[in-house]
Amino acid sequence: MYPELGQIALILALLLAVLLSVVPLVGSVTGRDQLLAFARPLSAGLFVFVALAFGLLTHAFVTDDFSVAYVANNSNSMLPWYYKFSAVWGGHEGSLLLWVLMLVGWTLAVAIFSRRLPSVMVSQVLSVLGMVTVGFLLFTIMTSNPFDRTLPNVPADGADLNPLLQDFGLIVHPPMLYMGYVGFSVAFAFAIAALINGKLDAAWARWSRPWTTVAWAFLSLGIALGSWWAYYELGWGGWWFWDPVENASLLPWLSGTALMHSLAVTEKRGVFKSWTVLLAIVTFALSLLGTFLVRSGVLTSVHAFASDPDRGTFLLALLAITIVSSLTLYAFRAPVVHVRSRYGSLSREIFLLMNNVLLVAATLLVLVGTLYPLVLDYLDMGRLSIGEPFFNLTFSPLGIAAGLLLGAGIFSRWKKTDGGWLGRKLLWPLAVSMIGTSAVLVGYGTFEPWAFGGLFSAMWITVATFWDLWEKSGSRKGRLHGLRRQSRSYYGMVFGHLGLAITMAGATVASNYGIERDVRMSPGDTAMVGDYRVAFAEIGNRRGQNFTAEYGRFEVYDSDGGLISTLYPEKRRYMVQRNTMTEAGIDGGLFRDIFVAIGERVSDDAWAIRLQYKPLVRWLWLGALFMAAGGFLAISDRRYRIRDKVAENGKAKAPNAGGERGADPVGAAS
Amino acid sequence: MKRLLLFTPLILAVVLGVVLFAGIGKDPNKLESALIGKPVPEFLLTDLHNESRELTREVFEGHVSLLNVWGTWCPACRDEHGDLVWLAEEKGVRIVGLNYKDNRDDALVWLDRLGDPYQVSIYDPRGSLGFDLGVYGAPETYVIDAEGIVRYRHVGVVNEKVWKQDIKPIVDRFREKI
Repeated sequence: MYPELGQIALILALLLAVLLSVVPLVGSVTGRDQLLAFARPLSAGLFVFVALAFGLLTHAFVTDDFSVAYVANNSNSMLPWYYKFSAVWGGHEGSLLLWVLMLVGWTLAVAIFSRRLPSVMVSQVLSVLGMVTVGFLLFTIMTSNPFDRTLPNVPADGADLNPLLQDFGLIVHPPMLYMGYVGFSVAFAFAIAALINGKLDAAWARWSRPWTTVAWAFLSLGIALGSWWAYYELGWGGWWFWDPVENASLLPWLSGTALMHSLAVTEKRGVFKSWTVLLAIVTFALSLLGTFLVRSGVLTSVHAFASDPDRGTFLLALLAITIVSSLTLYAFRAPVVHVRSRYGSLSREIFLLMNNVLLVAATLLVLVGTLYPLVLDYLDMGRLSIGEPFFNLTFSPLGIAAGLLLGAGIFSRWKKTDGGWLGRKLLWPLAVSMIGTSAVLVGYGTFEPWAFGGLFSAMWITVATFWDLWEKSGSRKGRLHGLRRQSRSYYGMVFGHLGLAITMAGATVASNYGIERDVRMSPGDTAMVGDYRVAFAEIGNRRGQNFTAEYGRFEVYDSDGGLISTLYPEKRRYMVQRNTMTEAGIDGGLFRDIFVAIGERVSDDAWAIRLQYKPLVRWLWLGALFMAAGGFLAISDRRYRIRDKVAENGKAKAPNAGGERGADPVGAAS
Repeated sequence: MKRLLLFTPLILAVVLGVVLFAGIGKDPNKLESALIGKPVPEFLLTDLHNESRELTREVFEGHVSLLNVWGTWCPACRDEHGDLVWLAEEKGVRIVGLNYKDNRDDALVWLDRLGDPYQVSIYDPRGSLGFDLGVYGAPETYVIDAEGIVRYRHVGVVNEKVWKQDIKPIVDRFREKI
């Protein structure tokens, strides 16, 4: 009976979503305020019913209800209990429900945290979110119902969760990623509401900013978790494969980063409005495109869900309606730019515009690289994929250029920056980063042009960021007081930029100075990887809850012969699906990882073993943590909290009077 | 004039949409078999039900058959099994099973429990015939005509829709020729 209740909850949620997308919008157009008041309660109701459906699906998993087809396909009675929870989003239907849950969660959050906004604006935003929800609920109910039953032939046991997904990374990766994807729907809804009203002003940008920043922070975490999972779980030690699905998550991240910066300019200086609103639409459109690419089966990928043309067509229709209607609205309502030079050629506006140009170029590059096979196929030129070399060759220079620009941009000022002054300002950071980069390269032993470029860029961002912090925090009352006086959003920016530098350094060093060796080893053999000696001590068998495993014991010694660690890589054989998984043995460290994976058995007593030395590989994900922390710091800034207090006390203070001084994530206007 | 420029994103999106639409339904995993139009490779394997009975290419002669590659280790095979039983019993389709890289006892228990849609079951524990056929993964289904020539290859689950849209027309065409 519970699955039917879940089904009913979904249908009720759909009805509420339809009401939410119509009633407040009608109210705002006809000026009937009582209709506007429905927006918040409808959002709350919508959330309750979707959460109920999600809870009932979880219940079906926990109680091993194999009469539900989705449970039977993605779970098994032997599955450990925590994976029964994460199995809820282990397949297409359930992960879609998670998507919808996140969407209504964001809707509810907007309803709760936007009490200070004009009610017309809030109800329009909620209405737009309601429309998106209608689309996805219809998609769920019509093509991908997670509550479909297998009655009357109930299988005795389930087909089990794909062993690749039986892992901690996969418990947390999809929710984070979806939080990010779906979070951009809020910025999108704000943009659409502003276009409907014709009010693209600084207030609109100010309200959109915190939502965009949070979504971006979650997306950064989600992508990093995915990369980390691929690194230790796919077994061969890569951390980014330029797989279509990875690209699908990178696309909204790149354009979301551009959006975040362009929103700052629009808020502070009131320029780039049409551009910013277009980025808001495009970022959400790219999130939807990602969903489409993963679930329609048009591209091959390790992530792709079972391909089903009906789903693909439905999703594409949804994508088309969303994008065509919003871009049409954009074409008619976006303000036409009046060329009035309000900023000089070296101003902070120009630096941020160039940042946007680079980020959009990177977005287009990834988009083209990802869709190229589809376009070729459409033109009947055969199927092929362009793969890693293309991306590495084209993406790296863009990344380096963005880093160089960033370092210089930190010192620039709004409106006008004196070129000579900026040049003198950059002289010392330039010298310091040059020396620092050379020192690191000498430490790693060889000079590679790409390594130099990437490292220099990372070093340059770091030095410039700290230089700026040092100058800003100068105070007669002492350094500590000066540091305290900086706003949280300024620290948010510092963390975000340092995070980028850390990730760039990690990516550069790991790909240029990493060592990979495939060797044939028998128990008792030793092999060298870099300066480390790895000894294959023994091989044995063990049993897990739902798998059996063949494990190896490897001892890792440093160049002085001291034992660093003992690793136990495994080959697991999962009993229900009968497939084999490689679990790598990794000795992780801040400055290097040592990675051992067991491959095929090549003869009676020998195995193919992959040994890897990965310097700075952890920095990739550490940087993402910094970036996300920066995002969360920025939205915890005083100016967002102070206005809350003002609203709570009902005092008629000017909304911005509180913390405007220095409260600027793009750097205080000096 | 400037207003017209704002239509550029819309136009680009529509063009992209057309390309994506064309991509739907074309399976990126679709692989043409090199064997289409050629005879089933020679083989000598035992009957799944009877270890001492040897089977060769002759099992295909005289009838249009489906050759279904399956194994008890393959969850998707469990999905399609019901549809295969339905095809065999309701539609009278002759299906030859190729038990691929599997264990005889497990396979027999499976057929006992879920029903046996196969007129003939070939036991291929090492996957030798599968290798010659170029099997990509289970399940796969081939249409073999009455002369033992491979006419069609389907990768993935056979269900009612696949049967009606892809397989039935080919089976019907070669049945008429007999």
